[in-house]
Amino acid sequence: MLRDITLGQYYQTDSVIHRLDPRVKLVSTILYIVSLFLFKNVTGYVIAALFLAVVIKLSKVPFKFMVKGMKAILFLLFLTVVFNLFLTPGEPLVRIWKLTITDKGLQTAVFMAFRLSFLIIGSSVMTLTTTPNHLTDGLEKLMGPLKKIRVPVHEISMMMSIALRFIPILLEETDKIMKAQIARGADFESGNLIKKAKALVPLLVPLFISAFRRANDLAMAMEARCYRGGEHRTKMKPLHYEKRDFAAYAVAISYVVAGTVISRMIPLPF
Amino acid sequence: MGIIEAKKLVFEYIRRDEEGNVEGITRAVDEVDMDVAQGEFIAILGHNGSGKSTLAKHLNAILYPTEGTVWVDGKNTSEDKNVWDIRQCAGMVFQNPDNQIIGQVVEEDVGFGPENMGIPTKQIWERVEESLKAVGMYEFRKKSPNHLSGGQKQRVSIAGVLAMHPKCIVLDEPTAMLDPNGRKEVIRAVRALNQVEGVTVILITHYMEEVIYADRVFVMDEGKIAMQGTPREIFSQVKMLKALRLDVPQVTLLAYELKKNGLDLPDGILTTDELITALQNMKR
Repeated sequence: MLRDITLGQYYQTDSVIHRLDPRVKLVSTILYIVSLFLFKNVTGYVIAALFLAVVIKLSKVPFKFMVKGMKAILFLLFLTVVFNLFLTPGEPLVRIWKLTITDKGLQTAVFMAFRLSFLIIGSSVMTLTTTPNHLTDGLEKLMGPLKKIRVPVHEISMMMSIALRFIPILLEETDKIMKAQIARGADFESGNLIKKAKALVPLLVPLFISAFRRANDLAMAMEARCYRGGEHRTKMKPLHYEKRDFAAYAVAISYVVAGTVISRMIPLPF
Repeated sequence: MGIIEAKKLVFEYIRRDEEGNVEGITRAVDEVDMDVAQGEFIAILGHNGSGKSTLAKHLNAILYPTEGTVWVDGKNTSEDKNVWDIRQCAGMVFQNPDNQIIGQVVEEDVGFGPENMGIPTKQIWERVEESLKAVGMYEFRKKSPNHLSGGQKQRVSIAGVLAMHPKCIVLDEPTAMLDPNGRKEVIRAVRALNQVEGVTVILITHYMEEVIYADRVFVMDEGKIAMQGTPREIFSQVKMLKALRLDVPQVTLLAYELKKNGLDLPDGILTTDELITALQNMKR
């Protein structure tokens, strides 16, 4: 049962967006987020929404998966809206007890809500259409230049992919240890928070010991297979750009430029 | 000189107490001499703590000798410049399949070794394909290792070593964590490598049934080589094996007991078929 958990939130299907190089998706997501902060009026947001809608349609991922990501930040979203609504100075519109809602406040609150939702949905599109493996590969390639200032880029991405590989194994192990401890009368369920936290000790100690042992074994196995860091290493699945990737870059950049220009030229009246 | 040669190999662990003071020195491997020819199937037997795993780790330059020398393919393992050549030449498969698979997809894991060696991409794919076919795991190449059985995982590990084109594979108790079916699977794959591809195999185990296919058997006890010879020679000395706290295969034991009680049977019967033939011959 635990073996079947999906890591990250990859949604398996075949679409143009799925096939794009992970670097393109990473850069485009960043560009999209930047664009959300460049656009300052309704026209801009309409363009951003349209662009996002087209990308989601192309990705063939059901919209409800995108919204799932929203749940996690619902509270943050609510908080931001409330603060912006009540604490922005401007012409007062409504007055409730000591709190005033101003016209400016209303505007920023609404903009902020849209901005945050687009941001989350936009990045979900990336994580839903790219496997964690591809993402680490893409990050490694993109951060390549940082090697010059001695950032261990290859090592970081290797650690990330090993961590991803071991998450299900350690989960299974946690499950086993938990059952073993329950069989000996351990109680993980009842009591207050402090008691529950204390009950975790007999779970965490064996788990850590086993994780260290695994790490030791794995390091030995990697060395036995000639692993010696990123130098002189070739790739089994190297990333290389195809025509569609350049096209995607062009689309992303023209979206930002066109969006900025159009929203400056034709501001909608709000 | 053979593919692997060890001369007066000694390895010592220094035991320390909690403050780090030296408590004593344990000789895990004690003056071992060994010579393995290319293409041989060697089995190393021994109960827990007999030093067999420590010996294995010397053949891949994971551990270095305290005294004495080990040569792999004519290269001294104590010299730093040889380390990567030796590790490529003598691949190693460990006990726990989960702790030696690095990739998240079977084919990526098999490609890990060649990637480290700097093989061009196209050849990596060729090597991955041929190694996976050699252990019969080709149809699983796109699967996640987490969905495989223990025996399958261990075969993937063997393919991972095979993709580095080693001359010799050292298997350190590869079947210890597997069920009987998984054990058979792995041993079958190992034998095929030895017979079809001509890879030298050094199999470390404490399962007697796995030893009977070997060309030569070394029995280790307290860091020393206590016995060596063909499986038949080894298993004919049931008393000696018992003194070393080792079991013999059930059939061999049965034949031994029958012989002790007066039946005229040959020494060192290894398989059920052999015993049946011997008994039938006797009747006539």
